Amino acid sequence: MTKVLFEHRGKKGVDTFEGWEAVGGFEALKRALKMKPEEVIEEVKTSGLRGRGGAGFPAGVKWGFVPKNTGKPIYLCINADESEPGTCKDRVLMEELPFMCLEGALIAAYAIGAKLAFWYIRGEFDLSERVMSRAVEVLREKGVIGKDVFGSGWDIDLVVHRGAGAYICGEETGLISSVEGDKGQPKIKPPFPAVEGAFRCPTIVNNVETLAAVPWIINKGGLAYAALGTEKSKGTKLFSVSGAVAKPGVYEVEMGYPMHDLIMNECGGPQFGKTLKAIIPGGSSVPVLPAKIAMEMNLDYESVQAAGSLLGSGGVIVIDESQSMPELLAILGRFYAHESCGQCTPCREGTGWGSRLLDRVAEGEGKDQDMPTLERIARFMTGTTICFLASSMAMPIQSFFKHFRHEFEALLPVTTEAKGD
Amino acid sequence: MQTDNIEDVVDAAELEAKTADWKLSPEREAMIDDLQSRYPTKKSTLLPVLWAIQEQEGWISREWMAYAARRCDAALSHVLGVVSFYTMYHRKPVGKYHVQVCRNISCHIRGAPKIIAAVEEKLGLQNGGVSSCGKWSLEHVECLAGCSWAPVMQINRTLHENLGPDEALKILGELE
Ligand SMILES: Cc1cc2nc3c(=O)[nH]c(=O)nc-3n(C[C@H](O)[C@H](O)[C@H](O)COP(=O)(O)O)c2cc1C
Ligand code: SF4
Ligand code: FES
Repeated sequence: MTKVLFEHRGKKGVDTFEGWEAVGGFEALKRALKMKPEEVIEEVKTSGLRGRGGAGFPAGVKWGFVPKNTGKPIYLCINADESEPGTCKDRVLMEELPFMCLEGALIAAYAIGAKLAFWYIRGEFDLSERVMSRAVEVLREKGVIGKDVFGSGWDIDLVVHRGAGAYICGEETGLISSVEGDKGQPKIKPPFPAVEGAFRCPTIVNNVETLAAVPWIINKGGLAYAALGTEKSKGTKLFSVSGAVAKPGVYEVEMGYPMHDLIMNECGGPQFGKTLKAIIPGGSSVPVLPAKIAMEMNLDYESVQAAGSLLGSGGVIVIDESQSMPELLAILGRFYAHESCGQCTPCREGTGWGSRLLDRVAEGEGKDQDMPTLERIARFMTGTTICFLASSMAMPIQSFFKHFRHEFEALLPVTTEAKGD
Repeated sequence: MQTDNIEDVVDAAELEAKTADWKLSPEREAMIDDLQSRYPTKKSTLLPVLWAIQEQEGWISREWMAYAARRCDAALSHVLGVVSFYTMYHRKPVGKYHVQVCRNISCHIRGAPKIIAAVEEKLGLQNGGVSSCGKWSLEHVECLAGCSWAPVMQINRTLHENLGPDEALKILGELE
């Protein structure tokens, strides 16, 4: 299977400047700097590369939204906040292939006309942050970040901006607030960041994995990338598999790869021969699926959606029969309640009260109307808020109830009559 | 979102006067100068300035918040809001070893409750506790993006992966 992101993973010294150069590193950047920015954008559009941070928006199209000649500076923000439970892929890219990530970011910065880029890295990251900061220093010493990069006349600066423990800073407008020195609270869209983002200037936010694919695309061509994967989900994707499998880890596969093969081959099957009960395929925010359904689907945006969930960030969380679904949902509820930024009432109150109800249900102290109440809360917090965090708690509630209702009901007092809302 | 009990009323003018000539170490001051030459506004360097304070002092007192406000051209109330929003900024001293055990889903599936119980027993601390000797503090944290190597715990900035209760206790034992 063709590897795009992990083509050079594990090669000796590939995490150093010289090592990255030795495998053809910076050729793509040099090539891009000889192209017109629009041509770079066109190549990325041709590749069909979609955002890997969760939403799956086509990267080249987003870059094309940056307005021309406004006289304002343009910024690039690299989203290395990686806080979605179940997701740990960007960490691997940064720790093992830092110069590939940076090369992709520099090409993107050139394409959109940015002169300053912020590498927004979550505060808890230790090794990734040290590796990235050191790599940025090296690129400054080598003149790859600075004035007149490779004699092209193009100037760029890039700073590593460390977060400080807030999941919501992964949401692109929350990230922008955080870069501006504010609480990481999301902002209402529109205006979209590409038009008015950081410091009220055009800003592109891209996930690390999205940008890491760009050097390969520029080297081998957008068509070569588009030849991988499925018709609508092009290229390859990293999946960080966690939970009840023998070999959890981060694996790169072509889009459209069967979940069954990922679990049985790459991950060595269920841990200790356990029976699988459920899989959350795209990080904690997407709907859970019964293992039987999940094991029959392919890993591309469309197939996962057809199966009733979302590809999200590619954080595959594998759950075995020994786990209690009410307990797992209570854990997620606590997470969203903890991470709500508090601006929107449906989110602040919905995550808070929802979490308390989920806790008491999981502890066997639920009341007979708790499930309908939770369903109502989930409905009212969907689509009524500034950002998607609220829906990210609603989707797990709804899907856990849909597929594993019996586990919740078993913990609740026997209902005598079904009541409406 | 953290919630704050504002138990003491802050007199901004008094804090500003008291900290008017405060400085961080020369390397940290130079680092901040460098960042402020790159960032579009002074206020946008607030997060790195707060990190620099915490790295030097271990936590961020009201006095240091006043310093940050001055250094970043921001109101003290703004700095207070920012410090209390982000969970990693400490508004009171934590232990020399700040132990953070992940309680989220992937770690839970791989046995986090056993790690948490073992660590709590060993340190004699609950979530949010600081030992009286000041050596240890414990926090249950959300996903640390180490899910594929679960369960994980982080001590200060070092991540420890693939833990069993025995390994976790051994790591703590080596720090004693
Ligand atoms: C609550 C929330 C948390 C998010 N967290 C992350 C994150 O940690 N990393 C990330 O890349 N994108 C995250 N996103 C998605 C970003 O908002 C944004 O879509 C993404 O960074 C765009 O980059 P891409 O197009 O390259 O995927 C999050 C979104 C929401 C609503
Ligand atoms: S939905 Fe929640 S996290 Fe998002 S802006 Fe509103 S309160 Fe904040
Ligand atoms: S759930 Fe513990 S590191 Fe992700």
